[in-house]
Amino acid sequence: MSFAWANSYEPKSAFTKWIDEKLPLPRLVYNAVGAGYPVPRNLNYMWNFGVLAGFFLVFQIITGVVLAMHYAANTEVAFGQIEHIMRNVNYGWLLKYAHANGASFFFLVIYMHIFRGFYYSSYKAPREMIWLLGVVIFLLMMATAFMGYVLPWGQMSFWGAKVITGLFGAIPVVGEPLQVWLVGGYAPNDSTLNRFFSLHFLLPFVIAGAVILHIWALHIPGSSNPTGVEVKKESDTVPFHPYYTAKDGWFLGLVLSIFAAVVFFAPNALGHAENWIEANPLSTPALIVPEWYFYPFYAILRAFTGDLTIPFTGIVLIEAKLLGVIAMFGSILLWFFLPWLDKSPVRSGSYRPLFRIFFWIFVVDMAALFYLGGAHAEEPYILLSQIATGWYFMHFLVILPIISQIEVPKALPFSITQAVLGSDDDAHGSKSGGGDKPEKVAGALPGHDDDGSLQPAE
Amino acid sequence: MASTAEDAGTQEGVRRRDWIHIAAISTAGVGGASVLFPLISQMAPTADVLAASTTDVDVSSIQPGQSIKAVFRDQPLFVTRLTPEAIAEAKEVDASSLRDPQTVEERLGEGDNDILVQLGVCTHLGCVPLGAGEGESKGDFNGYFCPCHGSHYDSIGRIRKGPAPSNLAVPEFEYASESVIRVG
Repeated sequence: MSFAWANSYEPKSAFTKWIDEKLPLPRLVYNAVGAGYPVPRNLNYMWNFGVLAGFFLVFQIITGVVLAMHYAANTEVAFGQIEHIMRNVNYGWLLKYAHANGASFFFLVIYMHIFRGFYYSSYKAPREMIWLLGVVIFLLMMATAFMGYVLPWGQMSFWGAKVITGLFGAIPVVGEPLQVWLVGGYAPNDSTLNRFFSLHFLLPFVIAGAVILHIWALHIPGSSNPTGVEVKKESDTVPFHPYYTAKDGWFLGLVLSIFAAVVFFAPNALGHAENWIEANPLSTPALIVPEWYFYPFYAILRAFTGDLTIPFTGIVLIEAKLLGVIAMFGSILLWFFLPWLDKSPVRSGSYRPLFRIFFWIFVVDMAALFYLGGAHAEEPYILLSQIATGWYFMHFLVILPIISQIEVPKALPFSITQAVLGSDDDAHGSKSGGGDKPEKVAGALPGHDDDGSLQPAE
Repeated sequence: MASTAEDAGTQEGVRRRDWIHIAAISTAGVGGASVLFPLISQMAPTADVLAASTTDVDVSSIQPGQSIKAVFRDQPLFVTRLTPEAIAEAKEVDASSLRDPQTVEERLGEGDNDILVQLGVCTHLGCVPLGAGEGESKGDFNGYFCPCHGSHYDSIGRIRKGPAPSNLAVPEFEYASESVIRVG
């Protein structure tokens, strides 16, 4: 699963030779994230977030397993156990804050990773499977993070659990029994807390499994790059180690410095004060909101305030509550179809002038949804949420398919080497790649290219 | 081997061993599916949660116009003794024009009952509406107001404005004695 010119693993000592014969695990690592994995030489900093996401997954698992040694999933004592961790457990305050803010940073780097994918069309052939697995990982992360937020059994934990499990109650016919089954009662109770704890412990390992598939699928076509032009030859790549291990290492150091600053100096900045009050089933907080990383989807949920009716008859087709639920889940499930909605053969947004404009409008739209998801459900926020939600769906379902039909992309470089060095000896006559016929180059992109050097050797 | 099995079967290539395959796979399938049942069923409410599914409330001390809050199935329960004026006022509203058309009789029961029992759970996303407690906002219809997403209910808990799809739920209840109602 690599290019023909990839370095091959050669065990040096008798011991590593012995290991390589019995279980070639060092060889696997060497080929996956070592010198045996050739990576495009022109990756920019947006390509650092995948490794960072992997780091934060491991970080959350380690801090989480340790915290679980001091926690008890019982509604009588759970809230007190968090205080116990904060005050009595050695370095408990550090572990608790690191885990809570680690989740925020995990989502932050995942959002950067996803938006990298949006801009550089990382979801396009031949990388659809990597993208689909990525969406699965994101959904698993959301479930894990939601259940983790319930465990401290504060006010936001309880009411968040109630509102989110209440979403299932909106499903016609089976909704209410389904909700009672999921919760194990009529409102979040001891059963709910226990099952959430169990699943919150399990799901990160399921995510780790999905991440392995994600990386496996990545290694078949190899990494994409900022030009979107596929790797053609050895001068287009550098070995992952030491080039990208070094670059990822220093960037990790930078992010961890910021992370440490947040953990030590503003550990509650991303949380809600309300969650330091013990859960009270008889008193609703004035503003129920999820953690910040769910804001855009919460804004979409709340944007639907009117039923879908047949005009002038008053017959309700879908109630407002169900509409919101469908839209919220739909807004993410839509990503599964993205490789087939954006049909432009050009990958990189840098060579797509029209797409680039709408990409940045979409970023602004998402930023607006982030803000609106945390705002009170009152005007003008409701109307703004509705506009932003409308644009969100327009972007994927209308704008992207139309752009890919009408856009004239810019000329692509002949190769990554040419993009980096300004010239490529193999570029023959067509130095500028597309010349004055860029669409011709666009049509000749991988998938349609009969140049055998493009295909990685199995 | 294969030829002997074929000879023993019919001409169409159906072998006697096919039956063994079908029987074995079916048995394993039914066995596997039946194992799923306890795994799924364990998620349903436990016996102690179900056992706590009725609540007794002493209503003798509630004055007309006054509400008390109780707990029913882990959820808040509003028990209100309506004033005759409030009932008369609610009767004047044309119930068929409401989002969730319910008459006063449907919410209070037949007869001259003036005790209104309802779950203090907004039918939108499950917050506890204000209005049952002293000095809380009663919303635009002098009843209940949900602060989460702005649903307004009237004095007998009917949805009048906002995103909630239906009226506050009225659980079944009966008089266990003169002064005590049993909800559930």
